[in-house]
Amino acid sequence: MSEHDAPIVSLRDVHVRFGRGASVRAVDGVDLEVRRGEVLALVGESGCGKTTLIRSIIGLEPVASGSIEVDGHAVTRDARSLRRLRRRVQMIFQDPTGALDPRHTIHEAVAEGLRIHRVPGDEAALVADALARAGLRPPERYVRRFPHELSGGQRQRVLIAAAMALDPAVLLADEPVASLDASIRGEVLALMRSFVDDHGVSIVAVTHDLGLAWNIADRVAVMYLGRIVEVGPTEEVLAAPQHPYTRALLSVVPETRRLEQQILHGETPDPSRIPAGCRFHPRCPVVASGEAARLGIEARCRGEDPTLTERAPGHTAACHL
Amino acid sequence: MSVLELQGLSVTYRTEGGDVPAVRGVDLEIGAGDTVGLAGESGCGKSTIAAAVLRLLPTSARVEGRVLLGGEDVYAMKPGRLRAVRWTGAAIVFQGALHSLNPVHRIGAQIEEAIRVHGLGDAATARRRAADLLERVGIPASRADRYPHQLSGGQRQRVLIAIALACGPHLLIADEPTTALDVMVQAQVLDLLAELQRDEGLAMLFITHDLSVLTSACRRLAVMYAGRIVETGPAEDVVRLPSHPYTAALAGAFPTIGDPASRMRPSGLPGDPPDPAALPSGCPFHPRCNRAVEACSTTDVGLRVSAPGRAAACVHVEPA
Amino acid sequence: MSGVVRAEVSRRALARARRRVAWGDALGRLRRDRLALAGLAVLVLVALMALFAPWLVDDAGLDAVDSLDNPTWARPGGDFLLGTDHLGRSVAAQFVYGARVSLFVGLAATVLTVAIGTIVGIFAGFSGRWVDATLMRLTDWFLVIPFLPLAIVLASVLGRGIWNIVFVISVTSWPATARLVRAQVLTVKERLYVDRARALGASRAHVVRRHVLPNVTPLILASATLAVPISILTETTLAFLGLGDPTQPSWGKTLEEAFQAGAIGRNAWWYYLPAGLGIVTVVLAFTVFGRALEEILDPRLRER
Repeated sequence: MSEHDAPIVSLRDVHVRFGRGASVRAVDGVDLEVRRGEVLALVGESGCGKTTLIRSIIGLEPVASGSIEVDGHAVTRDARSLRRLRRRVQMIFQDPTGALDPRHTIHEAVAEGLRIHRVPGDEAALVADALARAGLRPPERYVRRFPHELSGGQRQRVLIAAAMALDPAVLLADEPVASLDASIRGEVLALMRSFVDDHGVSIVAVTHDLGLAWNIADRVAVMYLGRIVEVGPTEEVLAAPQHPYTRALLSVVPETRRLEQQILHGETPDPSRIPAGCRFHPRCPVVASGEAARLGIEARCRGEDPTLTERAPGHTAACHL
Repeated sequence: MSVLELQGLSVTYRTEGGDVPAVRGVDLEIGAGDTVGLAGESGCGKSTIAAAVLRLLPTSARVEGRVLLGGEDVYAMKPGRLRAVRWTGAAIVFQGALHSLNPVHRIGAQIEEAIRVHGLGDAATARRRAADLLERVGIPASRADRYPHQLSGGQRQRVLIAIALACGPHLLIADEPTTALDVMVQAQVLDLLAELQRDEGLAMLFITHDLSVLTSACRRLAVMYAGRIVETGPAEDVVRLPSHPYTAALAGAFPTIGDPASRMRPSGLPGDPPDPAALPSGCPFHPRCNRAVEACSTTDVGLRVSAPGRAAACVHVEPA
Repeated sequence: MSGVVRAEVSRRALARARRRVAWGDALGRLRRDRLALAGLAVLVLVALMALFAPWLVDDAGLDAVDSLDNPTWARPGGDFLLGTDHLGRSVAAQFVYGARVSLFVGLAATVLTVAIGTIVGIFAGFSGRWVDATLMRLTDWFLVIPFLPLAIVLASVLGRGIWNIVFVISVTSWPATARLVRAQVLTVKERLYVDRARALGASRAHVVRRHVLPNVTPLILASATLAVPISILTETTLAFLGLGDPTQPSWGKTLEEAFQAGAIGRNAWWYYLPAGLGIVTVVLAFTVFGRALEEILDPRLRER
């Protein structure tokens, strides 16, 4: 495998635990690779651990076991290597209002990363360039303003500008458009995609919105209760979902009309009490309908934790079906 | 007779910086058992309309036009009558389920309160009815003694719906009822609302910025921009074949999964929603419109009927 | 090389320009607040009076020995603008010099209070875990010490001096500031923008300097302006109880002496009224100005 084909981010059996006695298994054994120059959508319900997972990639959540490598370098807790990592990896957040210090001007918000990493060059010019690349033109109109003087969409662009100013290899996006108005959404997504196409950055976008995946993602990873249950090319996962959970998620998206709605009952189960066997079996429509019993796999669903198996080239799912 | 009728409704907020028109002449009619969706981005005036229906606007707001609830003008009501109409005539499910519930009261008590306040029964009846309502919205009645923080987001939204139903209203106004919820929970809540609407013949005004939610939940749709309705018609038709460029942009914002046209091509609107205090001249949408012609910057066209039951405020619409 | 220099210059120029705008904005807000302006004017007047005391009055009027020839209990007017006390000392001189001590004690005690409280609060809030727990237990301990007995004990142990009063006030009032600062640090620490700064690669020091301090400073400043009047009142209390510096006139001491000499019974209002009014005015001025400052510096109180 040549240097260029090696994944930019690779996670091996990553576990992240919270709470007293590490009882909450927020991320519970994730293997995942992010390729160079791709958008990977990480999809799941809230509480499934998707945000925790990307925060662990940038070292904001300590990993209990397993390993994370970014561009061949292991993510550790060591301050110097963390700093180096946080130049190669950048993150944008769901709530752009909260992610901007209300006392800092737009210039300061964008320049902060440049100052931390002592990026050489004319700071004002770098900031202006970053703002312009994020679609805030002309940049002079924005640099002296404060966050509260901008709209939600503009604030998200400022965050994107600040992240991209450091020229990262990986951009982690936590629900980048969930708090934005529908009309602004497409523009921000197009901007993110353009960074991939024009600058070769890799993006991991955490979302509960399958439309976002269809709009910009090369691949989709579906996460349930701390584990990836299905990964594959977007077209395949969304057109021919292999895991019953993916199918259920797809069926409730208002934009898809082809499938009969399978509304799962209850909320995402509690990550401090992960069910034995397949973690999805208590909510699984295949088990509930008796189909699993007919196929003779119900005992395995209840007793055996499935691993990801290949269903088509590059398309894997963790299901006994 | 229609459950709700807005006739030329205008709402202007008086601020230190001058008057800010939030709603500018809206006509809307909802018949018994009808479901109408009101779509638009933040600041377009859709939530102001929800508040205007029950006279819940701040005192700085000036209201013009008429709001008829069951044929009765809400703004001509005496205070006593107004209190009676609130919740029995129309009830609101607000966005942000966490903040609309009082954290120090049990959920059962909060439902009972709505019943008792309107004198619809003594303590025992109220308790029985509260238990029925909880079951109705899919929460076991045994949970009536829980506090809001002990429930999940979806359950809290269900409790708010139960409170809204407490006095048997004819009209339910749902202001972004699913925005903060997860996809699966959102589907559960939409399912519940559709079921209630079907079983109890409730009329519903459904307010959101997410057009895709409205298509499945509503029969008719009204799209608002800058305080005015710019397109209205049957929900399916409006979303499938929008006449107004703004509706088209909103409809395109959420792609149809599996549709090759939107694959790797996110579409949105350039620019930001207009500042209500400084609306652009002519058609307020023209600075962001991809079909704007010269006339758009000077003339503001009203709603033009293009087909029976359909209308749009755009120069490109040929009046039928 | 020249590029780097130019970048430095332009960055500094930009920072200066931004600071100028921020200051202009703050001044503009202050100018619109009449009450705060009045408070500020009073404070400036009192400060000038304290500063130029030797030029305003003759300090000979303070000393009982030097005042032996003066009439006692003289009413205001004539040679003595504010009359004389029971020893024939000039009340005006006591008032002017008293302002010095009252203001000095108020300001010095506040600076010390705020300094200790801020350092403890930031350490506790930012370190977390056992550092926080230890510092907070210490704070609680100081918080529950009854103030007056401690002040009396300290004053008798350390002797009666102006610095001791400053010390007593700071030792007993820093816990409140520490708790305030810690609470603010804890909320700022949880803000998403702190997360973002960390994700950008910021060190702890950077986060404290760029995000925590700027967000805590206005609170500290505002609480400081509100702490000054409390310190002044405390000094008055201590002086009135006879725990003040016997060699220095202060408003509190004037009140105490007037009380002891029976000025109230003699209806010698000119003796106690100036000091009393002085305290009330200064305290009020600080409070009004502090509130306005709080509003100007805290964007959350400043509804647009």
